[in-house]
Amino acid sequence: MDLEFTAEQRAFRAEARAWLRAHVPAAPLPSYDTREGFEQHRAWEATLAAGGWSSVIWPKALGGRGADLIEWLIFEEEYHAADAPMRVNQNGILLLGPTLMEFGTPEQKARFLPRMARCDDMWAQGWSEPNAGSDMAAISSRALRAEGGDSYVLNGQKTWSTRALFANWLFGLFRSDPQSSRHHGLTYLLVPLDAPGITIRPIKALNGKQAFAEVFFDDVRVSTANRIGDEGQGWNVAMATAGFERGLLLRSPARFQRTAQRLVQLYRRHREQADRDPAIRDAVLKSWMDAEAYNLASYHTVCRLAKGAKVGAEASTNKIFWSELDLLMHETAMRILGARGELADDPEVHDWLEGFLFAQAGPIYAGTNEIQRNIIAERMLGLPKS
Amino acid sequence: MDFTFDEDQTALRDSVSRFLMTEATPELLREIADSGDAGWRRLRSKMAEQGLSTMSVPEAYGGLGLGDIDWAPMTQELGYYAIPDALADTAYLAAAMLSRLDAAHALAARWLPRIAAGSASIALAHPVNPWVADARAADLVLWAQPAAGGLELHAIEPGALQVSALRSIDASRQLAGVSATTGAATRVLDGAQAQPLWDETLDRAAVSAAGQLVGLAQRMLDLSVDYVAQRKQFGKPIGSFQAVKHHLADVATRIEFARPVLYRAALALARGDANRAALASHAKLAAADAAWIAARKGIQVHGAMGYTWEVDLQLFMKRAWALDAAWGDRGFHKSRLAAALAGDDALLGPAATLASG
Repeated sequence: MDLEFTAEQRAFRAEARAWLRAHVPAAPLPSYDTREGFEQHRAWEATLAAGGWSSVIWPKALGGRGADLIEWLIFEEEYHAADAPMRVNQNGILLLGPTLMEFGTPEQKARFLPRMARCDDMWAQGWSEPNAGSDMAAISSRALRAEGGDSYVLNGQKTWSTRALFANWLFGLFRSDPQSSRHHGLTYLLVPLDAPGITIRPIKALNGKQAFAEVFFDDVRVSTANRIGDEGQGWNVAMATAGFERGLLLRSPARFQRTAQRLVQLYRRHREQADRDPAIRDAVLKSWMDAEAYNLASYHTVCRLAKGAKVGAEASTNKIFWSELDLLMHETAMRILGARGELADDPEVHDWLEGFLFAQAGPIYAGTNEIQRNIIAERMLGLPKS
Repeated sequence: MDFTFDEDQTALRDSVSRFLMTEATPELLREIADSGDAGWRRLRSKMAEQGLSTMSVPEAYGGLGLGDIDWAPMTQELGYYAIPDALADTAYLAAAMLSRLDAAHALAARWLPRIAAGSASIALAHPVNPWVADARAADLVLWAQPAAGGLELHAIEPGALQVSALRSIDASRQLAGVSATTGAATRVLDGAQAQPLWDETLDRAAVSAAGQLVGLAQRMLDLSVDYVAQRKQFGKPIGSFQAVKHHLADVATRIEFARPVLYRAALALARGDANRAALASHAKLAAADAAWIAARKGIQVHGAMGYTWEVDLQLFMKRAWALDAAWGDRGFHKSRLAAALAGDDALLGPAATLASG
């Protein structure tokens, strides 16, 4: 047990802090769910990449820093303390990037990873379908081999594809064996979104912005060079990088500690009004405690991983914990703001309200919390499948 | 940066766990609850043979000289097996307190070797607790006496102590209302000297209770998992139903996020961090929450059996309910935490509590 950071870790923190201080935009960027805001966030990703900060845990040869997970936690702390912009291409960097590193050919890595790091390519996900949500193995979009054999023909529909409206590539699973069922016979493909036969239809989210989209495939041709791993092995390819790291990397603890800090400050500014509801102080305390707990649990796990421990289904507890915490913090802020809380353009309200709306999605995306509870019960506690 | 336990600490925990699994059975807990001292004395002497009572005693007095970090896994084991208060109170809290005295102090020289030998039971009387656990069988009570200069430390031996037994819902807790005749003869330290020691002891006691509550939560979860895996309804184990699974997944999640908080608080004690009190309160609250939910969900998934005297779950539920308010109830710890958060920005923001040493 030793909580002292090493000299190297302190130097890493100092370097990140100095770089962020020099580069983080002075004024917040417009929402990345608008075209204008998206372009500004994309430009910020390019700035991060130029400084070598777009994904610190990637190997140096691919534009990262070869950082370990403790350094990643440090970077995230500095990033959120600096109120730097939201990351717009995390689906690529966190989901597709590690998959390419593990399963991609050298040509695929060289072709896609540097462009991903700079956000030259913006990646959308192609997992969910109208009839394959929590039950992802029910995917029915097809990718059948074309005559001649060097390409697939895609038909079907993906949905809930975050920022697909602004993306130029999509990664996802398609059924390549029409006789197959469930997680067999699926193939992992990378699809250029400007290919003929693709239609993208935006979906307005709760905040009125076109935050995600449906993607339709009508005889879309995709080269076999865009396949990751073997044909029919897509499920295993997708799941191999779905473990703990993905769960942690998706939402770093620093993000929630920053929100908890803002919540405590909001409560202090409006103490008299807030304390008329005796439940508010309790919710503020619980928010702080749980944000702290998530941080400590992350360090604990990352240090165990560094010593060679295996982390399994415990990762599912993360998703439940941070998504419920995010809801609690934003609900509490809305209650402190009281009647002003509905004024969408009030400068003190705006970010809380946007965050409150987004927090509603937390227990749903990236595997609903009900699915996470099933995983905990079956794989961590060993209870029988239903 | 290594926020994990080393091999020695893990090995010690494993050996204590194996020992308690064999010796501290629910049958023995029931015997202690029914007939009091005999069963407890037998278990205590076995625990002393295992070296549990020597942990916090300095090496100069024949102990292992271990500290708060070593105790964080150990208090969880004590909770998991519902070991009565006297063990942690004597071997951890009292030993740590006596070790803080001047090495040559007569009180330390007299009692630390006896703690190490497992032949002394020491209770602590602090104003945060309206009564004292295991006072009747105590050979010594470390007594906090309010005075103008702060809480004084007095050493009260059985002859100077009046005890009246109180019945706890947790039958393993031998509670008593106590009064003592204090004076110059019993005073060990005056208020100015003793107050910081009592402050530290209070935080340590809260963390000790937190560790036991985390262990109790884990035990109640394990008992519940075992029960729902074998109990069948509608032709299947009830543990295959989502409503039941989700109850227990919630318990597992609360435990998963209470444990690191406990470890951070233990580190704060070991390092003497400036924010020690707030971190200790956080640990107590997080652990109490995990144990409370484990009890509530545990009885629910046990169905009517959970409401019986017969099923072992009750032993651990009652201890968890009792410890919830021991060494500071929720109001006490929330008030301390609220004061810390209102005070300054030291506890706020990314990495704040990790950094402060």
